[in-house]
Amino acid sequence: MNDQLKYYSSRVTKGLITRREFVGRAAALGLTAAAANTMLANAVRAAGPQTGGTMRLGVQGGSTTDSLDPAPAANFTATQVNLLWGEPLVSLTDDGGLEGRVAESFEGSADAKTWRFKLRSGITFSNGQSVTAEDVVETIDRHAGEESKSGALGLLRDIDTVTADGDTVVIGLKTPNADLPYYMQDYHLVIQPGGGKQDPTAAIGTGPYILKDHEMGVRFVFEKNPNYWGDYGYADTIELIVINDNTARVAALQSGQVDMIDRVPPRTAGLVGRAPNITVHSEPSAGHYVFIMHCNTAPFDNNDLRLALKYAMNRQEMVDKVLFGYGSVGNDTPINSSYPLFTEMPQREYDPDKAKFHFDKSGHDGSVLLRTSDNSFPGAPDAAALFQQSAAAAGITLEIKREPNDGYWSEVWNAQPFCTSYWGGRPVQDQMFSTAYLSSADWNDTRFFNEQFDQMLLAARAELDDAKRTQIYADMGSILHNEGGLICPMFNDFVDAQSDRIEGWVSGVPGFAFMNNHAPMRMWVTA
Amino acid sequence: MGPMTRLLVQRISLGLLLLFLVSIVIFAGTMILPGDVAQQILGQSATPEALANLRAELGVDQPPVTRYFDWLGGLLSGDFGTALTSGQSINEAIGRRFSNTLFLAVSAAVIAVPLAIFLGLLAVRYQDRWPDKLISASTLTTISMPEFVIGYILMFVLGVQLRWFSPTAVGYRPDADFFTRLESIAIPIIVLTLVVLAHMMRMTRAAILNVMQSAYIETAELKGMPMLKIIAKHAFPNAIAPVVNVVMLNLAYLVVGVVVVEVVFVYPGMGQYLVDHVTKRDIPVVQACGMIFAAIYIGLNLVADVVSILTNPRLRHPK
Repeated sequence: MNDQLKYYSSRVTKGLITRREFVGRAAALGLTAAAANTMLANAVRAAGPQTGGTMRLGVQGGSTTDSLDPAPAANFTATQVNLLWGEPLVSLTDDGGLEGRVAESFEGSADAKTWRFKLRSGITFSNGQSVTAEDVVETIDRHAGEESKSGALGLLRDIDTVTADGDTVVIGLKTPNADLPYYMQDYHLVIQPGGGKQDPTAAIGTGPYILKDHEMGVRFVFEKNPNYWGDYGYADTIELIVINDNTARVAALQSGQVDMIDRVPPRTAGLVGRAPNITVHSEPSAGHYVFIMHCNTAPFDNNDLRLALKYAMNRQEMVDKVLFGYGSVGNDTPINSSYPLFTEMPQREYDPDKAKFHFDKSGHDGSVLLRTSDNSFPGAPDAAALFQQSAAAAGITLEIKREPNDGYWSEVWNAQPFCTSYWGGRPVQDQMFSTAYLSSADWNDTRFFNEQFDQMLLAARAELDDAKRTQIYADMGSILHNEGGLICPMFNDFVDAQSDRIEGWVSGVPGFAFMNNHAPMRMWVTA
Repeated sequence: MGPMTRLLVQRISLGLLLLFLVSIVIFAGTMILPGDVAQQILGQSATPEALANLRAELGVDQPPVTRYFDWLGGLLSGDFGTALTSGQSINEAIGRRFSNTLFLAVSAAVIAVPLAIFLGLLAVRYQDRWPDKLISASTLTTISMPEFVIGYILMFVLGVQLRWFSPTAVGYRPDADFFTRLESIAIPIIVLTLVVLAHMMRMTRAAILNVMQSAYIETAELKGMPMLKIIAKHAFPNAIAPVVNVVMLNLAYLVVGVVVVEVVFVYPGMGQYLVDHVTKRDIPVVQACGMIFAAIYIGLNLVADVVSILTNPRLRHPK
């Protein structure tokens, strides 16, 4: 780089000249505006995080009916709100491992039945109170208790006892579970004073920000927590603005009303990214779109029919036409490479001949009824129509019934034998399998009852040797792949977009969108 | 004024009865929808025990009739109760949101009503000539497009491309000064104006043209009175009744029908509030909103009736 340019870019990062002036001077030195901007971005990144300023985030999902209680949080806005004012015991690292947040460290007993979380010393809640082991015990108790309506209740069912031992929380399990610490990073389980039993909606926690002002489903204003123990949180103020309309969210970003948005519609993501000051981030996720069959209900109780439908699915076409390339093909298991102990399986390809062979072998006569709705996943009716065509090529007639969005999750999903749906994914295999594929799971939405599978799941839980667990999970994957009721055509990417007013995006962070909800506190405002 | 007062009392009590019936219809309607509030809150993550816990906590395990009369009791004492989903006071939330909706509706009405009437008069003056045709064609075009399409187009052109106004209302703060607030909802105001313009304009035009056929207009014309003066002095006063009717209907539409516009532009008014609670089957809120909307509709129609009676001597002195 030319010395003069280097000098100018350092002056921009120090705020002595503006970006516009810089581009002007760079042009005078014979540089195109695009090259000048790239150079500037590099200089800014090299200058490291800057503190101060206001970061404005446009997010979807929030509703006026939400509550500040972290327990029932069920949408992206609520998740983000929880994790700005609160922190769980642990959180995911960028490579899919775990690091301590409220807990400093954790260790399990040799049989993986007892887990000890040692709390970070000297940290306080935003009301000034010190964090004690009792607060953690009460928090877990509130989410796991008899009257809980927490989204984390299912995770905590195996917990037998939770006790405080000085600055350590001891969790005793009914059955061994090597993945228990992963459960503790769940976004519902943010630690509250007294477990939030007194006032669940107080929004008092140990997070990097403090909630200053809010109107449910409209906006939330956070200010930096001056006593935060860690180094997250660069902006002084974070404004979280709920914009549920896709077009409005994109327009707000394009016009500079907000600095970052989540869930850019795949259909327009390419166009949005063309603007010079906007970057679109497409991050692979564990989230997947599914076509689910009840394995215990005719005609889907016949594995040949299930295989026929699996072979009749053109997965690449789904990725290209429903996700517009913002995703990857699935392989009829809920697991992909974003899971820590993943093993690649041979990819099932679209094969009309094999589909026809299995369909004839199943002896099924007539059409197969598939139910779908707009909200079962974005583009579901289109995906169903594509499936209908690819199946027709194999001589299988699919009849599509479009159901209303209203009541889809109570009347169709987990009730009707064949429908479209989606899963958000989980951080580890055990959680995904026990949520939806264990015989006794509440959300066993494929009615998959396989004793061998159940035993393997329990064996894997108790196994502390990663190599052996990896092998067990690989075997379980192939059982689902060959016998399960799940047709998984695609894993969707999380597509976020930011303007160049903020910096510090890190690619490849596992978990949810917005760098697993950490973008607001790990990114910074440049201008 | 004897018969006038009697008429008013009669109309108002009819309105109250109508409101009562509306409350029953709304309650029954939310009962018929599939899924209840507990299922909607928990969504895909509902387990039988979480459902049972939540139902008991919200009190929705009570029989519907009990719940309806509990609610009616609260309403008569001026209390809409609390939202089932968030546990917050409905009175407070509606107070804030309703004033936002009114601000948007009134701003749009202040522009739309005079503009529609003026364009109507203009169309009559140049009947069947190019100004008339241009006015009719353009307003009919905008009314024929769904408001979200107009919304998206203006958002893109005025907000993102030209940057004249904020593309969405996310910058709206109820406590900001008047012009800041107005700027943040400029595009929604234009959209609403375009949507209601045609109806009022066409009605004004039709009502005045109807009067223009009368013999006394011809007389005035033969006297040599200028056309605009004839319209303003002789035709318009006799066309007021139908015009007021359609204006009232459109005002009611501006208040209760702006749901789509509010949702598209992320404006924190009653529409978004109602939509969120309908999806969650939060019956107390749906009923509260329903009652307010019904009251506005009935109230504005009452005003329209009274005004048309006052302007029409035949109706003012019934035989």
